[in-house]
Amino acid sequence: MLDNLELYRRLYRIRHFEEMVLDKFPSGVFYGTTHTYLGQEANAVGVLSHLQPEDIVVSNHRCHGHYLAYGGDLHRLFAELMGRSTGVCGGRGGSQHLHWRNFYSNGVLGGTVPLATGMALAEKIRSSRVVTVVFLGDGTLGEGVIYEALNIASLWQAPILYVVENNRIAQTTPIELAVAGDIHARFTAFGVPALQLDSSDVLEIRPAAARLLNEVREQTSPRALILHTSRFGPHSKGDDTRSNEHIAALREGRDPITIQGSRLESTQRTMIEAEIQAEVSQAYERALADPTPVLMTPSE
Amino acid sequence: MPNVLEALNAALHRAFTADERVYLLGEDILDPYGGAFKVTRGLATAFPGRLLTTPISEAGITGIAAGMALRGLRPVVEIMFGDFVTLVADQLINHIAKFRWMYNDQVQVPLVLRTPMGGRRGYGPTHSQTMEKMFLGVPGLRVLAPCWLGDPGGLLAQAILEDDDPVVFVENKLLYLMPVQNENNLAEFAPASVAYPRLPGHPSGYAPIFTLTLSQAPAPVLTLVAYGYMAELARQAALRLAYEHEIFVELVIPTQLAPFEIEPVIASAHRTGRLLTIEEGTLSLGWGAEIQTRSTEALGPGLRASRRVAADDLPIPASGVLEAQVLPDVNRIVQTAQRMV
Repeated sequence: MLDNLELYRRLYRIRHFEEMVLDKFPSGVFYGTTHTYLGQEANAVGVLSHLQPEDIVVSNHRCHGHYLAYGGDLHRLFAELMGRSTGVCGGRGGSQHLHWRNFYSNGVLGGTVPLATGMALAEKIRSSRVVTVVFLGDGTLGEGVIYEALNIASLWQAPILYVVENNRIAQTTPIELAVAGDIHARFTAFGVPALQLDSSDVLEIRPAAARLLNEVREQTSPRALILHTSRFGPHSKGDDTRSNEHIAALREGRDPITIQGSRLESTQRTMIEAEIQAEVSQAYERALADPTPVLMTPSE
Repeated sequence: MPNVLEALNAALHRAFTADERVYLLGEDILDPYGGAFKVTRGLATAFPGRLLTTPISEAGITGIAAGMALRGLRPVVEIMFGDFVTLVADQLINHIAKFRWMYNDQVQVPLVLRTPMGGRRGYGPTHSQTMEKMFLGVPGLRVLAPCWLGDPGGLLAQAILEDDDPVVFVENKLLYLMPVQNENNLAEFAPASVAYPRLPGHPSGYAPIFTLTLSQAPAPVLTLVAYGYMAELARQAALRLAYEHEIFVELVIPTQLAPFEIEPVIASAHRTGRLLTIEEGTLSLGWGAEIQTRSTEALGPGLRASRRVAADDLPIPASGVLEAQVLPDVNRIVQTAQRMV
């Protein structure tokens, strides 16, 4: 049963993990780069808290929040970022390339959308009643292959939920310079029913996602959920071109942690935060002590 | 004796019968049309629901097939013309070829992408190319090229049914109407010696490398390496070189282009001391260059002569007169061979 406490726990776990990632990155403990999910936590928790065990999630470069909301392990994600053999993909994939159970992410945008559509069709062929959820951002609306996938998903009635997280900025490019026309109409034009929400409240996102996921499962057909959201952090690290005032205003009005946290008694909230902080710190320390991988002879 | 087209078509029928996880996605593949080159003819009638005719969306259907493969099916994608593989490059390179390794060997992508390549039909710059060199050397991607020799249908069926990794299956258009020939019964040649590329995780590779020597001929002084339809031109050149110029050659015909098993080439070039590679793709930075380099690295001064025959570095012209000048032919092979000995 997901009460307000558990929802807060899930939201705060993502928040604290991502803050720790940004905090520790300058120390050199992680490889490569990262794309944090700060500000968007209610999307992943709201949508993925309804999944059944065999349901499939396909994610993008900004995947930590999706992975953690799916149920992924903190220690193994830290280990992956640190390039350890205990990482989600043994250090081969890194921040953007995760696979665990039925969770898949790839850092190349667009191509994941037909991929997820094909997974949904395979499940339809198996009559498994499994639902596939694929996350994409407003920036990915510029990739042509997603429209090929939407067309086929509608023609062949794939049981898939497309979740657009519109944080209104693609790396540094504001949506006004990148997305013409209407996002909602992009889906309905293909005959894919779509719903949009402008909210950071997990209690608003959850029921909308539940309804759409139920329709996908019961009617074996595609749906889209467009979530207008806010990214509090930089695209990756230190590459935010937006003003501090702008970010402060977003955090002031649209913080999913604040919104859900206000529903808790302060003692409960403090206790949960302390628990999560300890959990994240332990996962970090454990990953730090893990061995580095050995390169296997290339398979061919 | 079936031709290559009939052999590939029969192989698809066999694969669909053998394993209900086999699906095929492509454009204009339904009967009675049966695909632009008819390789899928009859499948839609025999296996309704498993032959999925698609919109003109090469990247989309390749991505969809990748998703199907990740979730336990064994999809085949037909790309109507090999020239269009540029449209699926992202799917092949950044998704399909990557998944198994980057997900730490936790997944497999048993997918076959078949496509006709090659010129000599007057289709011009965008429907005549030999594009596979762009996909050679991509880690995680196997590239196969059947020829008229051996069992091209069996090669396709094994790729679909037995190979758990992604395969690009290159079918030269001019092979389609050539009769399939037994490698041990080829006129004027001794029975072929056959090797297989190493495939870790498999008991043995399945894509044969044929080595052919003229029967009752003196020791060969030159090795020709060619694949696909060019193997046929190399065969014709081998006979002309023997009869008209008394130059005796050995012919090495791989059917797996990537990852490449160089040993049979090195073994032959070590015997003959000379190596001529023949390809229909453009000359520069291509397959032949790699074969020559690897052979030179292995043989050093033991390789006395080394040359490539390939298409000129030009788009393929539509005019048959111009096309014949751009693409390599038997004359070019014979003349090049003469200069090497």
